[in-house]
Amino acid sequence: MTQISLTVDGTQVTDDVEPRMLLVQYLREKLGKTGTVIGCDTSNCGACTVHLDGRSVKSCNVLAVQADGHEVTTIEGLARNGELHPVQEAFRECHGLQCGFCTPGMIMQSVDLLNENPHPTEAEVRVGLEGNLCRCTGYHNIVKSVLYAAEHSGEKAGVQ
Amino acid sequence: MTATAEAPAATEIGKDRRRKEDQRLLTGRTRWTDNLTLPGMLHLAMVRSPHAHATIASIDTSAARNATNVVAVVTGQDIADTQGVMINAWPITPDQKAPAHPPMAVDRVAFAGEVVAVVIARSAAEARDAAELVDVQFDELPAVLDLQEAAKDTVLAHPDLETNKSAFWRFDSAEAGTGGNVDEAIEKARADGIVIEREIDQQRLIPAFMEPRSVVVDPTGEQITIWSSTQIPHIVRFALAATTGVAESKIRVVAPDVGGGFGGKLAVTPEEWITFAVARRVQKPVKYTETRSESLQSAHHGRAQHQRLTLAATKDGRVTGLKVELIADLGAYVALVGGGIPLLGAFMYNAIYKFPSYRFDCQTVFTNKTFTDAYRGAGRPEATYAVERLMDELASEVGVDPLEIRQRNWITHEEFPFTTVAGMTYDSGNYEAATAKAKEMFGYDDLRAEQRQRRDAGDRVQLGIGVSTFTEMCGLAPSRVLGSLDYGAGGWDHAGIRMLATGKVEVVVGVSPHGQGHETAFSQIVADRLGVAFDDVEVLHGDTQISHKGMDTYGSRSLVVGAEAVVRAADKVIEKAKPIAAHLLEANVDDVEFAAGRFGVKGTDQGMGIADVALATFAAHNYPEGIEPNIDAESTYDPVNFSFPHGTHLCAMEVDTETGQTTMRRYVCVDDIGTIINPLIVGGQVHGGLVQGIAQALWEEAVYDESGTLVSGSFVDYLLPTSADTISFETGHTTSPSSYTMLGTKGVGEAGTIASTPAVVNAIVDALRHLGVNDVRMPCTPERVWRAIHSAGSGGATEGAAMPHFDEAEPGQPSTEGAGQ
Repeated sequence: MTQISLTVDGTQVTDDVEPRMLLVQYLREKLGKTGTVIGCDTSNCGACTVHLDGRSVKSCNVLAVQADGHEVTTIEGLARNGELHPVQEAFRECHGLQCGFCTPGMIMQSVDLLNENPHPTEAEVRVGLEGNLCRCTGYHNIVKSVLYAAEHSGEKAGVQ
Repeated sequence: MTATAEAPAATEIGKDRRRKEDQRLLTGRTRWTDNLTLPGMLHLAMVRSPHAHATIASIDTSAARNATNVVAVVTGQDIADTQGVMINAWPITPDQKAPAHPPMAVDRVAFAGEVVAVVIARSAAEARDAAELVDVQFDELPAVLDLQEAAKDTVLAHPDLETNKSAFWRFDSAEAGTGGNVDEAIEKARADGIVIEREIDQQRLIPAFMEPRSVVVDPTGEQITIWSSTQIPHIVRFALAATTGVAESKIRVVAPDVGGGFGGKLAVTPEEWITFAVARRVQKPVKYTETRSESLQSAHHGRAQHQRLTLAATKDGRVTGLKVELIADLGAYVALVGGGIPLLGAFMYNAIYKFPSYRFDCQTVFTNKTFTDAYRGAGRPEATYAVERLMDELASEVGVDPLEIRQRNWITHEEFPFTTVAGMTYDSGNYEAATAKAKEMFGYDDLRAEQRQRRDAGDRVQLGIGVSTFTEMCGLAPSRVLGSLDYGAGGWDHAGIRMLATGKVEVVVGVSPHGQGHETAFSQIVADRLGVAFDDVEVLHGDTQISHKGMDTYGSRSLVVGAEAVVRAADKVIEKAKPIAAHLLEANVDDVEFAAGRFGVKGTDQGMGIADVALATFAAHNYPEGIEPNIDAESTYDPVNFSFPHGTHLCAMEVDTETGQTTMRRYVCVDDIGTIINPLIVGGQVHGGLVQGIAQALWEEAVYDESGTLVSGSFVDYLLPTSADTISFETGHTTSPSSYTMLGTKGVGEAGTIASTPAVVNAIVDALRHLGVNDVRMPCTPERVWRAIHSAGSGGATEGAAMPHFDEAEPGQPSTEGAGQ
């Protein structure tokens, strides 16, 4: 067991974990952050995407011990004071989700994308979300959501 | 007195309401089955067969049992008598052959991925570690993998059955009296007309819902509670009770948030049954969550059919007959409705056309592969693909535009209601209107001009235009029809409405959503019907304790069947409330009218709102003699017919003739799905459906190697499309309401998937037809397209499957359907 300390959604946590434990397992099993989900075994689907020090990572591809001393934001930490993040609001407005399973990862990736590029073209959005799979929406309304967030909240869309 | 929002007039239906479901899904406050943790809960890991066909010689569980925190290891022998059996609800013929399907194999496995043992441990990781220690000795048996080979009975998937043939089912229009003799039509066309013959492989697909299946069983307490990632909690409950001996009243099944299904969770699964058996055995709450690889390998697959098609027509392109000879791959077992899937297409091969004769022959066969069952569209995509490909080939033979050949054969809007050669009565539709609108949106004539220009110039990148004028049957299904097809259950659904004292309205439905937005759409319907506010309606579902009766969600039935029950329950509420309102208003009941949420006395300004009637009924201080103080109501609705949505889909594909690379340039669809409740949700259903159908055309295939191992067993190999592979779509609607439903809806869940596959392949073939290409096998990978171009003149149909999984220079296995074979 290895002791780790990190900040998750603004709260400082300390735990003993097995060195092999993945960050996503740590979030779900130790912290009950079940908003972040597991969709595959091969880091293809992106459903587990969170932010590590403000950049998106697939949390199935990071060991919990690697997050020691760092700051993690999950989908559960995105809305502030009951107000949806502009990207969350855009997904609702544009019907960018159906079953909602890919949504946490999709939103976290979209926020990162807009942090990098606040005014993306449709093609840039499509390439930027390539690592996140969705089976319900055909991506049409997800892409629309990200473009909507960029248009309606400008530079603020990506700001956490 | 009551804290309810202001009730609007009937304006909810047709409004693009944002979804009620979204708040929790957007913020991660979700209840996926795998999120559940119960005190003392144990975790399961399955030990699966690596062989396609083998007998189990021995299982040594001692090392696993001694591993850290392992509580038990259970084999099929251990629970042979208590585990129940996987049921087949649709034996399509009285003499259908079907092997027994135990949830956990007892002495023989029939596909790679079948469960042979289960490890129960305190954590999921410890269970998985110990599963590696279970030592199973198999004696391998010959496996049959190809469905056409299976039909020859050379190698048997189940030796005890003495054949791989499960059932033969025929529809013949001459026998049924719905049309002429197809053999005569073909003979005549051979002498003096056009005959088109094609063989089409409907490749195996995997539903690949994003949420892996998960099941939690809690045997503590009076009832056994099962949470499962399922589309069909009610059917799971029935089947568990029917096969395990546990009383139905002692079983509660909950489908909490369910992350997609697409037919893939229209299943009773071996994993559910094993988890149920283990929980009863260890008397502790247990959880099993599959990995993605397990899901792709062992959750049921779809399609997997081989079609032999013969179309007869006159020289000017009027179809005189269609003959379909189908082999359908059941996989290793007859799954819940697996045997019947091809029959859902049997009535749709004639599509929107006036074919005078038709025959459909279907042989279902066993192979040693994962069993097959419903996948979005289920039988209808295969039928639609076949007929829409054939119509393009006919257009080419006659030398006219593909839309012109369709127009020569389709049912005109004046001809409805129309009874087809397959015996279905289509009540409404307007193929001319949908096609005209789609052509205009697409800029059809301009794109045809550009295509000619590129052909004339000999451009490296050619343009093709694909047409698909589809119809489907939705709203599964009238119970009597199901009975006549030997289906084991009815097709009705159930709803209840509870009028709460606080003015809120609870709507309990028997259909079970997993992304479709029922909570929103059904709230809109009830808001209009009862004249209450959208936000005052709460839709409850997915728990057999709350929703005690239902047939669940699949086959585009939730709105067409489930919501019809809701409407009827709402009307009963009004009827029950009316005498109470009359009593309170001191009026004759015949003088009381209900409109926009208010009971009014004719010719006066007196009246009261339905919420006030609900409160007065709750208090029950003052109500008429001889009736109950209750205005809640339930309804069970059995549909009178299927509904028949249709549409015209147009697709422009660019094909690089040097590399075989295809690029979608535009996709326009105009769907007639009857009345639209929520256009935002409908748009989402169409987009998602389109991409699943496009994926069959271009990317997806479950590929097995020659030993029966699924080589496309992860998302690295099974090519789900990404945002970068797809484009934005242009969608539109025409509306001819269904006459069979009170709301006029027809269903939309499967339309996009059914329509889009032939539109895409027709476009690719259209781009290359001048090079001699008349078919490309799905999925149309660049390699196959390239081969089709380079074998032009010999028909151009490519052989073999997607890119071989392994480098052929390396030791290992090219896929059985590997390229170049």
